[in-house]
Parts: sequence; structure tokens; C-alpha cells
Amino acid sequence: MKIAVCVKQVPDTWAEKKLRDDDSTLDREAADGVMNELDEYAVEEALRITEADSGEVVVVTMGPERAAETVRKALSMGADAGIHLVDDALHGSDALATSYALAEVLKDRGFDLILFGSESTDARMSVVPAMVAEHLGLPQVTFAQKVEATGSTVRIERLTEYGYDTVEASLPAVVSVVEKINEPRYPSFKGIMAAKKKPVETLSIGDAGLDASRLGLSAAWTSVAEFAARPPKAAGTVVTDEGDGGVKIAEYLSEQKFV
Amino acid sequence: MAEILVLVEAADGSVKKVSLELLALAGTLGTPAAVWLGPDYSDAAGATLAEHGAEKIYVVDSADLVDYVVAPKAEALAQIMGSANPGAVLIASTAEGKEIAARLAVKTGSGVITDAVNVAADLTATQSVFGGSTIVQSKVTSGTPIITVRVNSVAPQVSPAAGTRVDVSVDVSDTAKLAKVTDRTVAAKGGRPELAEAAIVVSGGRGVNGADGFGVIEALADSLGAAVGASRAATDAGWYPHQYQVGQTGKTVSPQLYIANGISGAIQHRAGMQTSKTVVVVNKDPEAPIFELADFGVVGDLFSVVPQLTDEINKRKG
Repeated sequence: MKIAVCVKQVPDTWAEKKLRDDDSTLDREAADGVMNELDEYAVEEALRITEADSGEVVVVTMGPERAAETVRKALSMGADAGIHLVDDALHGSDALATSYALAEVLKDRGFDLILFGSESTDARMSVVPAMVAEHLGLPQVTFAQKVEATGSTVRIERLTEYGYDTVEASLPAVVSVVEKINEPRYPSFKGIMAAKKKPVETLSIGDAGLDASRLGLSAAWTSVAEFAARPPKAAGTVVTDEGDGGVKIAEYLSEQKFV
Repeated sequence: MAEILVLVEAADGSVKKVSLELLALAGTLGTPAAVWLGPDYSDAAGATLAEHGAEKIYVVDSADLVDYVVAPKAEALAQIMGSANPGAVLIASTAEGKEIAARLAVKTGSGVITDAVNVAADLTATQSVFGGSTIVQSKVTSGTPIITVRVNSVAPQVSPAAGTRVDVSVDVSDTAKLAKVTDRTVAAKGGRPELAEAAIVVSGGRGVNGADGFGVIEALADSLGAAVGASRAATDAGWYPHQYQVGQTGKTVSPQLYIANGISGAIQHRAGMQTSKTVVVVNKDPEAPIFELADFGVVGDLFSVVPQLTDEINKRKG
């Protein structure tokens, strides 16, 4: 089975994030870049599927030069090869442009499964997997808490508000995974050394045959008019418990008409 | 005035509160028109939509819409958009809602904004991003604005309208029928409200110190008719199930009241609850960053403060 895993480099989950003053895009220099956490679960799931059967895992990313670190991380976890779409013209691409670019890079490469994390911790839109499925005309089996891929079909448990749906599709298919699906491995020392020798294909938008007019900030179908830091919240009342802390909260809730 | 389409979400045939919120918002942008996608439409559901401002109700009565994942709903909405030529499309910012918006945007060449907390009359959407630390105003600049709106962002309004039923027949394409739902499993959820929609959320974190400790959190939640949430520290430790995680890698909630117990308030957690209207904090560490968000806070041991609070609430309820 040949599996693509799409990963994204994002600002460290624990860092404060901000927008750039000049073009209102995410300030990627302001914090360390890490692999989007949910994408680690997608890499892990791909590795588990190929380890249980056989096959190849190719990690795919779109992002600036330093996003190569994220490809390397996935390779050190055990992925076999990488594809890095990197081009100044991609800066400021919105979700629609990103999904177009990824779909073009992914198509015609014979992938049976295309895996994603269900959401990135920076933009948090959760839309790119569905958009890629729409572009490629492939089945969308997303928000999976369990994935079984066998031969020519995939069956997942799709997390819903009331529980989960069992969903079946034939391959190839687009899958996104949620956090509870597995526990991602840490790269071993051996894995880190081996990753250095694994092939990474670097593509410009020309190499990938992409239409530049559909990419970047100027092609975005939404625009930011303005942004501002949330005004600091007016300081609330904080008291130290002297044996009546619970009663004091109850009084506050009562004043606020919650009780 | 242009129609503003509102995709209706329903559970067991009854309209969810979030859809009534979206109708109220649509009323400030144009003429609200509800869109019902699925086989279980009823006159009662229609009456609820009309009472809350739906001038028209487009009904696509087809099991295909719910038997396959997302794609058929996006197709049906695209067809209705084609004929109704709406000013905007509003969809609830749920996992599925955002996916429908995603596919609809690709299909119709329209820009999409997710997780709006408000939409102004000129269709500028307000988003609260990066865990609520930044407020962004943005607009769709191509096609018909497709905007997903967070639950609890606006209040439903009673505003009786005609609610004229318009039946639409949609031929779902084969490409949209590639991912088939073969079974639905409803998780036992007890009597508590759904976390994402609850008006009050009571959460526990590292300070709860074990699965057993969640008993006091649940008791407080039940005294208030609230949902229970947990920080990532608590779900990662296995003290409480993952689906109740509030935070950057979990659910985002925006209730009227959020009570954080034994939660330090790392960015990871704040990202999921910072837009809560009122925040109450119980934590024994006076330096915990969660106190910066507190409208009312108590520095103390949650195992004495929380049970006392629960008793006091039960007493006051009589």
C-alpha cells in the first residue's frame, strides 16, 4: 500500500502566536516551528498500516524552507521518502490555494491513501482534507478515530457529536485522523540517523505544474481587513479560601443569576 | 434584500439551537432562508424555523444526503446556491459543518471563513483566533461568502416569518457517494448536555489528581445542569475520556459560564475556552495563569472548595 501523509509545520503548540503587521499572515518567525501535533498521529497511523502489511509512506509538505525540518522529523519516525513544495509564491496561500496545490502534487502518483491530521493548531480550520477530496474526486473518510485499510477498501470510525459513524470507501481515499487514534512514536537515534539518507523531492510551483495565479496572498479568496490583540480582560475578583471559598463562589454565581 | 441561506442542523428530527442562532444572525444580513438537508423534515421542525425568522425553507428530502459523508450535502447546497443566488451562506462551525463549507467553497469558487463569532451587515466576519488572543475582521472577496459561525455566538430570536416550504430535488452524483455510512454508534452520554453547546461547562485539570477526583467535578456540573470538560493533562493521564478535552487539540467552547478547577491555564487550554462569557477559577496556585481570565477566582484546594460550592448550590436551589 502506498500512503501519502500531508504534514504542516506550525508554531510550537505552547507558544503565543501572532499575525504579521505588514500582510496579516501568521508570523512564522516569532516561534519555533514544529510538526503540527495531529499530523504526528497521521504519520504514526501510516507507519502502523505499512508495518502490519507492507508498503511505502511518503510525507508531503508545503511551506517555507524550514518546513524541511518537519519532513525530516516524519522521516526519522520511519516514513520512507519526502516531498517538499517550497516557493516564495506560496506565501499567504489560503486553505483553498493550499488544497489546490496539494491536490496537484498528490494526483497521478499512485497513492492508495492520503492521510492528514484533522486540524492544524495554528489556523484550526479543519477544511483542507475535505477540500483535497473535493479537488481529486476521491472519497472523504475524515475525523477517523480508527482506520482499517485492507486491500482495496478502507473502513473508519468517524467521530461525530453523538458517538461515531462507521464509514466505508474504496481506495484511493482521503483520510483525516483525530488525536485518540494512536500514540505517536518518538524518533529513535537510529531513525534520526537513517532519515538523513532518505530521499526528499523538493518542488517549486513550476516543477509541480501549478498555476501561480491561484496561489499566494494575492489569490486568496478572503482578506483580513484588520486585526488587534484581544483587549485585556478587566481584572476579576480573586480571594483566598478561608474555609468559605465554595460559599463565596455560590454568592457570586447567584449575583450573576447563574443560580 | 438578498436571501441568506442557513444550513439547518437537527438531531432526531428536531432543530438544534445553533440553527436558530444562525437564523437570528441571518436576519441582520438579509432575508433568512433555512435549508433542510435530509429525510426527517417535519411540520413541527418547519414551524420552529418559521417562528425564528425563516422566510423560506428549502427542503431536500433524500436519504442520500445522510447516508454518505459530507459530499452530498455540499452538492445539494451548491445547487440551491445556484438558483437562490444568496448574499451569503451560514453554517454552524461544527466538524461536519466546516467540511461542508470546505467542499462548497471549492465547488462554487467562493471564499470561506470558519469559526466566526459575529458577522456585520456588510458581511465582515469577526474571528477570535490563536486561542482568543487576537481578534480578526475579514471578508470573503470571491464568490458568495460562506461563513461558519461558532455555537453560542448570538442569541436566538423569536421573529415569526412565512416559513414557505420550497421542495428541491437533487440528483446526488456518483462521485459524492464514495464514502458510505454503514453504521451509526451512539455513545452513552448520560444526562449531561453536549459539551460544545452547553451554556455552563465545569472542567477539571491536573489538580483533580486522578480519575476518582472527577467525581467532585461531575457533582458540581450536575448541580448546575452543566457539561463536564477536562484539560489535556487530565485526558492524557487517562483520568477522563478524550472527547471531553477542552483546548487547542480538543474542543473549543464558548459557554455563558466556565468553571475551571485545578487547571493552570496554559495556552493549550486557554485556546479552547478563552471566549467564555464568565470564567470562575478554583486553583491552589495563586500564580496560575488561568487567574488572568477569571471574573471570580478562589485560591484554595478544589477538594474543599468544590464540594462546598456544590452543596451551597443545591441548598439555594431548594
